[in-house]
Amino acid sequence: MSGPEKKWKALIVDDEELARKLLREMLASHPEIEIAAECASGMEVVKAAAEHKPDLLFLDVQMPKLTGFDVLELIEREGVAVIFVTAYDQYAMKAFDVHAVDYLLKPFSRDRFEAALERAKSQGPKKALDAMELSAASRPAGQFAERIVVKDGTKVTLIPVAKLDYAEALDDYVSLVSEGKKHLKQQTISGLELVLNPGLFVRIHRSYLVNLERVARIEPYGKDSKVAILTNGVKLPVSRTGLTRLKQLLDEKN
Amino acid sequence: MDGSSIGKTAWTALITAGFLFAAFLATLLVTSWGMNWGAALTLALPMSALAQGIAATARFTCQSNPLGRKESWRIAVTHIVAGLVLAFLWVGAGRVLSQWIDAGLGVSGTYKDYLALQGHLYGVGFSYYLLGVAFHYMLFAQKASQEAQERALESSVRAREAELTALKAQINPHFLYNSLNSISALTSIDPGRAREMCVALADFLRLTLGMGDKALISLRDELALLDKYCAIEKVRFGDRLTLQEDVTEATKRCLLPPLLLQPLFENAVVHGIAQMPEGGWIRLQASCDGSRLSVTVENSWDPEAGSSRKNGVGLKNVQRRLEARYGREAQLQATAEENVFRVRLQFPAETEKSQ
Repeated sequence: MSGPEKKWKALIVDDEELARKLLREMLASHPEIEIAAECASGMEVVKAAAEHKPDLLFLDVQMPKLTGFDVLELIEREGVAVIFVTAYDQYAMKAFDVHAVDYLLKPFSRDRFEAALERAKSQGPKKALDAMELSAASRPAGQFAERIVVKDGTKVTLIPVAKLDYAEALDDYVSLVSEGKKHLKQQTISGLELVLNPGLFVRIHRSYLVNLERVARIEPYGKDSKVAILTNGVKLPVSRTGLTRLKQLLDEKN
Repeated sequence: MDGSSIGKTAWTALITAGFLFAAFLATLLVTSWGMNWGAALTLALPMSALAQGIAATARFTCQSNPLGRKESWRIAVTHIVAGLVLAFLWVGAGRVLSQWIDAGLGVSGTYKDYLALQGHLYGVGFSYYLLGVAFHYMLFAQKASQEAQERALESSVRAREAELTALKAQINPHFLYNSLNSISALTSIDPGRAREMCVALADFLRLTLGMGDKALISLRDELALLDKYCAIEKVRFGDRLTLQEDVTEATKRCLLPPLLLQPLFENAVVHGIAQMPEGGWIRLQASCDGSRLSVTVENSWDPEAGSSRKNGVGLKNVQRRLEARYGREAQLQATAEENVFRVRLQFPAETEKSQ
């Protein structure tokens, strides 16, 4: 994307039509930038990003259902330069934590817009973070995730953490089990553990993270191992350290 | 002065009154009815102690019959009956006592003397009870006025605080920034609408800032402000925002603290409409049944949108302002149904004429 003939593909993401039009107008004098699509919601971005493989993303933060930070968890970040465009200044630190190129505060001047664009062009996309770093960076400091965003193809699902039964590690993925359905997410189980409230979710095994409220009882299994029986009957292996953690939390609860 | 020191005052008063009354009773028995001093004092001291019991009993009858809350004749009847019963018991106790002094202590004639003056003693006992009633009503009145003063001070401080935070919170800066961004977009796309939006924003700011120093405004004025607010938000959200209003002309004359409803609309936009890509609605209903004004603000919302209401600063603010102005007479109810978020306010209705 360094050659002068190279066209930049951009996505404009904002739930307000006028805000999108403003960005389109400012980009009009930049023939090297092609607006591949305008998106009014995070869900649309997931589709558009898969379809157009953009180089540049103008991203609002506060949008219905999915925030701009959620969107970054769901799309292929490799090769995408992100410029946040928002009225809220409190996300600036977070924006740089997720390696955004720039952060435009609404309303912005033409000069400020040009500077951001210049930065994106000269720096190119920053190193993409993995989902663990992203979700840790995008949740408010001192708060735990309230929901987990998962993408299946271009379909996005929001899983409220209260509805998450357990998570199982599968190499580079975690399988999230909620209401009888399994959702795959590209994230490590340790990364997931970091964003969940440790008072509610316990790592009972190297490969399992369980919602404490779903644990019905613990039973011996074989000679000296244990299994946790969940309220829906599912059995999960419990390691020795996992058992200590589980017992400790259950004691605290009672 | 708190409750316990009022109790102490009452006790001191009762004991002092006890000795004075004993002296008075003994003197009366000796000088008017010719009893001898020994018998008179033996009779007067315990009877005075009993009379203090009668006066103390008045505390309870007064407490359960606060002045001004029941009809006066009911209170009068209660006290007359209580006074008669207590006087009767008191005179009866005196009779037993005098009999004992007569027979047990050998001061003959005491019982006969007592029987002769017992008619007067009914009057004395009854009057003493009434004295106790007067004393306790006086204490209560004093306590109530002190409490009222404290309450008034406290609520005026709270009201002031609530007003200040309310005004600070009223203009959400992000509302301004987003609106200015819309104007920025409109300047080239549609200059006419850009100008309209500037005017609407200026009107909104002028109304908001101007209402700050008024204690009450009419619902009509508040609605005018809300219209401006929604007009601006409609430019931002376009078709995504629809508005319904159901308020009669008569209700519009009711008064309310300024900018009481605006935070509810702002919540409806931020937590409701802004979270729904397909948009939503806000419905305002207000009615007045003569003595109470009830206002309901409803909006569509998506419980799964992830915008939790737990930091309901706006809602708390409205609640505080209602309490500061109307105390316990005001109610705020917020309910989240499946797809509707509803806030219902009820408070005493005042109209422009009654002010």
